[in-house]
Amino acid sequence: MPESLALLWRQYRFERHLFWRNPSAAFFNFLLPLIFLALFGAIVSGNRHELRIIVPGIAGMSVMSTTFTALAYNLTFLREQGVLKRMRGTPLPSGTYLGGLALNAVTNTAIQIVIVVLAGRVFFGLGWPSDPGELVIFVALGVVCFASLGVALSHAIPNFESAPAVVNAVFVPVILISGVFFDVKHVPSFLRDISQALPLDHLIIGISGGLVAHHGGLSSHLTALGVLGIWTLVGVVLAVRGFSWEARRD
Amino acid sequence: MMAPMASSPAIEVRDLRKTYGELEAVRGIDFNVARGEIYGLLGPNGAGKTSTVEILEGYRARSSGSVSVLGHDPQARSRELRRRVGIVLQSSGIYSQVRVAEVIAHFAGFYPHPRDVEEVIDLVGLSEKRDERARKLSGGQRRRLDLALALIGDPELIFLDEPTTGFDPAARRTAWKTIRSLKDLGKTVLLTTHYLDEAQELADRVAIIKGGRILAEGSPAQLGVGGGSRYRVAHLVDGELVVHQTDDPTRLLHELTSAALANDQPLDGLSVTRPSLEEIYLELTADA
Repeated sequence: MPESLALLWRQYRFERHLFWRNPSAAFFNFLLPLIFLALFGAIVSGNRHELRIIVPGIAGMSVMSTTFTALAYNLTFLREQGVLKRMRGTPLPSGTYLGGLALNAVTNTAIQIVIVVLAGRVFFGLGWPSDPGELVIFVALGVVCFASLGVALSHAIPNFESAPAVVNAVFVPVILISGVFFDVKHVPSFLRDISQALPLDHLIIGISGGLVAHHGGLSSHLTALGVLGIWTLVGVVLAVRGFSWEARRD
Repeated sequence: MMAPMASSPAIEVRDLRKTYGELEAVRGIDFNVARGEIYGLLGPNGAGKTSTVEILEGYRARSSGSVSVLGHDPQARSRELRRRVGIVLQSSGIYSQVRVAEVIAHFAGFYPHPRDVEEVIDLVGLSEKRDERARKLSGGQRRRLDLALALIGDPELIFLDEPTTGFDPAARRTAWKTIRSLKDLGKTVLLTTHYLDEAQELADRVAIIKGGRILAEGSPAQLGVGGGSRYRVAHLVDGELVVHQTDDPTRLLHELTSAALANDQPLDGLSVTRPSLEEIYLELTADA
């Protein structure tokens, strides 16, 4: 294995190791989507149409919470605590360090998607993903999109104390208007216009196509791919441009 | 150009300047740090110490001047240089869930020829805390962990930015012992501090910085005599202390003692003192 990959693997394992040592992180990452599934599944149980909306919606929310929310929190914490600055002073290449953080987040996304798919099948009788290829493509693009937006948001968070407020001020409204918990058809049209300009709604459309739809395929979701792609570009540019290895000085 | 020889200075700084917008934090600084030397940058807060050190560490780009650290321009941030340098920042965090020995062992993997993990834990005096989580360490213990993480790669040059700020006196003595032991290992140390006794205790040479300029440089002993500072000659006349300041104590003493002998009056309580580093420092850094 080339040295750079070996270093990345080592850094990734270190991040995972520390992740499991933090019980609250494990709870929020794995139990929370299950609780949502259980609650909403109970509310709409037996209604296959509603289940086909709830399950992809929660899968989309999982992508957003494991990447966008987690990275915005973590990077703010690491920056404000001086961990980023310390790492920057070591010979570990910066890209390897950030790569370890990103892979750690992506691992949580993968675990959550598997949990949601399994729960959909075992508890709600939804069947295996109808189009695994489309599911993987949308989840992968969603991960890059929301991870970069999470990094970009961390630049706008002035200190760690304000991180939960800022992150939730974005996360909660977005999941509410993007059809995580209900069919977007029931949403007032001005809110629907907003949600259609945002990436989560389109990610859920794509995941829904891969999980439960039996027609169309990837080619029928080109708009969703396009909107996600644009947000990804915006996210990557903002994430790179504003990146700071140090806490802000007063 | 040939690779720099081992005898070339570890650090060379020429006319270094750093401006942040309108603010000139560093206004033309020159100094060399020899290999194996402990060099102290001493000055009040906001003097330009940290700006200077962070340029040398590769965290900041300079505005002008030239800088060489172990033969490298730190601004290029080469991995080769970072492998040979250890950095203790003024404050830097660590993952709170991580254990002492575990994080030191992890950092060892960043370097081509790391030191033995247990040896470094011993050196900084954290043996009893080797399995403790970082967040349960006291402030002083965390500082020792910082030092261990800077030493694990067996660096040639170590930057210590205010290494004992917030320590109690006993912890400071222990830290000083550890820092002196680095010199015995042949390491070069660039130390910033605002404690005079720390500079006096540890540094082979000291530069006093204020307002982005070096006001005086030399060994702590030399600083006591040079830099326009004066000898203090004092004696008692009718029970009252008379103090003379002079740049030429030999002549003054000759005059005083000749007069005393001629008048057959002893010079009671005669003393000749050099200003301490502290007095030099206070004189130089006093606001005009």
